[in-house]
Amino acid sequence: MSLKITDLSAGYGRTQVLHNVTADAIKPGQFVGLIGPNASGKSTLFKTLSGLLRPMTGTIHLGDTDLGTLNRRDRARRIAYMPQAFGCNAILTVYESVLLALKQTTGWRVDENNLDRVSQTLTALNLAHLANRSLGNLSGGQAQMVAVAQTLVRNPDIVLLDEPTSALDLHHQLSILSSVRHETKRRGTIVIAALHDLNLAAQFCDRLILIREGRIVADGTADKILTLPEIGQTYRVETALEQTRRGSLYVDATLECVH
Amino acid sequence: MAMMSDTSEMRTSYTAQTTRRYFVLAVTAGLLLFSFIVDVSTGPGKYPLSTVVETLLNPMAHGVQIKVIIWDYRLPIAVTAVIVGAILAVAGAQMQTILNNPLAEPFTLGVSSAASFGASLAIVLGWSVLPMVGSLVVTLNAFMFALLTCGFILFATRLKGVGSETMILFGIAIFFTFSALLALMQYMASEDQIARIVFWMMGSLGRASWEKIAIGAALLTLAIPFGLMRSWQMTALRMGEATAQSMGVDVARLRIEMLIVVSILAATAVAFVGTVGFIGLVGPHIARMIVGEDQRFFLPLSAMIGALVLSLTSIISKSISPGVIYPIGIITALIGVPVFVSIILSTRHRSLS
Repeated sequence: MSLKITDLSAGYGRTQVLHNVTADAIKPGQFVGLIGPNASGKSTLFKTLSGLLRPMTGTIHLGDTDLGTLNRRDRARRIAYMPQAFGCNAILTVYESVLLALKQTTGWRVDENNLDRVSQTLTALNLAHLANRSLGNLSGGQAQMVAVAQTLVRNPDIVLLDEPTSALDLHHQLSILSSVRHETKRRGTIVIAALHDLNLAAQFCDRLILIREGRIVADGTADKILTLPEIGQTYRVETALEQTRRGSLYVDATLECVH
Repeated sequence: MAMMSDTSEMRTSYTAQTTRRYFVLAVTAGLLLFSFIVDVSTGPGKYPLSTVVETLLNPMAHGVQIKVIIWDYRLPIAVTAVIVGAILAVAGAQMQTILNNPLAEPFTLGVSSAASFGASLAIVLGWSVLPMVGSLVVTLNAFMFALLTCGFILFATRLKGVGSETMILFGIAIFFTFSALLALMQYMASEDQIARIVFWMMGSLGRASWEKIAIGAALLTLAIPFGLMRSWQMTALRMGEATAQSMGVDVARLRIEMLIVVSILAATAVAFVGTVGFIGLVGPHIARMIVGEDQRFFLPLSAMIGALVLSLTSIISKSISPGVIYPIGIITALIGVPVFVSIILSTRHRSLS
């Protein structure tokens, strides 16, 4: 089922953050990178999509379903959102914390199927060795990967990841994005990930959406988007797109001339 | 194949952990039962445990005198210790989770000082919130003030938006307000009245009665299933408010529901036995160290440990000097707090069973 965002506006109180956001249908299995500077409305878009924030105007459709008509629980079943905040002092194991994410949308009793899903998700994200570790003993990066596992375990139609790589080292940035990409391609899940690293975005995303001051500035494949002059304008840098010897795109950015 | 074994290994270890937790619950229940029986056997006349058990099962087994002592004098106190201990621990456990603050307990919100003020109003001025309550005036005044305070906090946090810090700040403000009012009442009181206020505030199981026990038991049988039904949501709340919300938990509603239940529990407990502040902290903390924070186990274990600690306190309060029952509030603070601190310091890093 495709995700269709039409004329979406949202904000906090009287402050409007998103202005009439409309995007072409996002297809099942598509990995979309949401790029744009800080405070451009990425998190607000995620909160509105996941239903934490009520839109001022506009609709969000998943297939034929208007997501605005779903209750909290049904919506959480379709859309799993990983907020930026993570890490906590709860005395729970990694395994328990992933299980509890799953249990929000299933019945009270823990059954075999629940346990299988948790185990498979941890294995797929290479987190099996952490299963019995206490959340309090995780590094920032490990906690972030557990948070990703908490979204995937629910097997939703849409996964929203707010900066999933911000606390990770290079190896784990690549490993988490490729595991997520592999898993979601296999399941046909839509992924929208807010990413600050344009090179990672170019490497993993099927499609990039550039957002600035709550408006979509550009939308398309990485090689198309990253060559646009809007990239430089939005981030206030000068950019040049190069192709590395191994064929991946590389964004070379410098600050605009400072006078 | 490596993946297969990983997957089944994780499952097995989780299942084993669950089994262990049920075992912990069973053992604690056994200890609680034992402590309860010892509590009933302890007093000016010391009876063998077998006599106590037989009299409990068959009141007339050892004659009228023993029946009267056990059933009419000791049992209400022993049962009250168990029920109030459980109520205080459940209230503390839920409050710590919804406020995301390990130091929260019924009294952090000023419930106890409000209740003390209500009691002092009745003692000093003979003034009652509800008319025509006769001998229960002190208890009912304490309850009404505790409940009104909770209602006020509920109302205020609704207006402001429900944040943990806001709630704690309200609690502190209320605590100081009622402490000042209480001091004012003490200033106005006669010597005899001051003595009654002070004794009321110390916390004592001596005010036990079967009516109070029935009310307390009824509340517990409603509150524990209420909490257990929401245990997955409450556990999710421990992951942080934003994460819980993103998982589909209606955090604001969960907080309000829990706060209402906790308010009634706390108001009842403090009205029945006065200020016993330590149980609402120690029950949940020990439970957390033993089973972690999966609320399906954490909540019942908190209740049992709270009950166990207050039951043990009751035994100690009767054993220090024969014929004297010390107020439990004093015992919990004097013996419980050092034990509690040493437990925290020694097991801070080995937290999961």
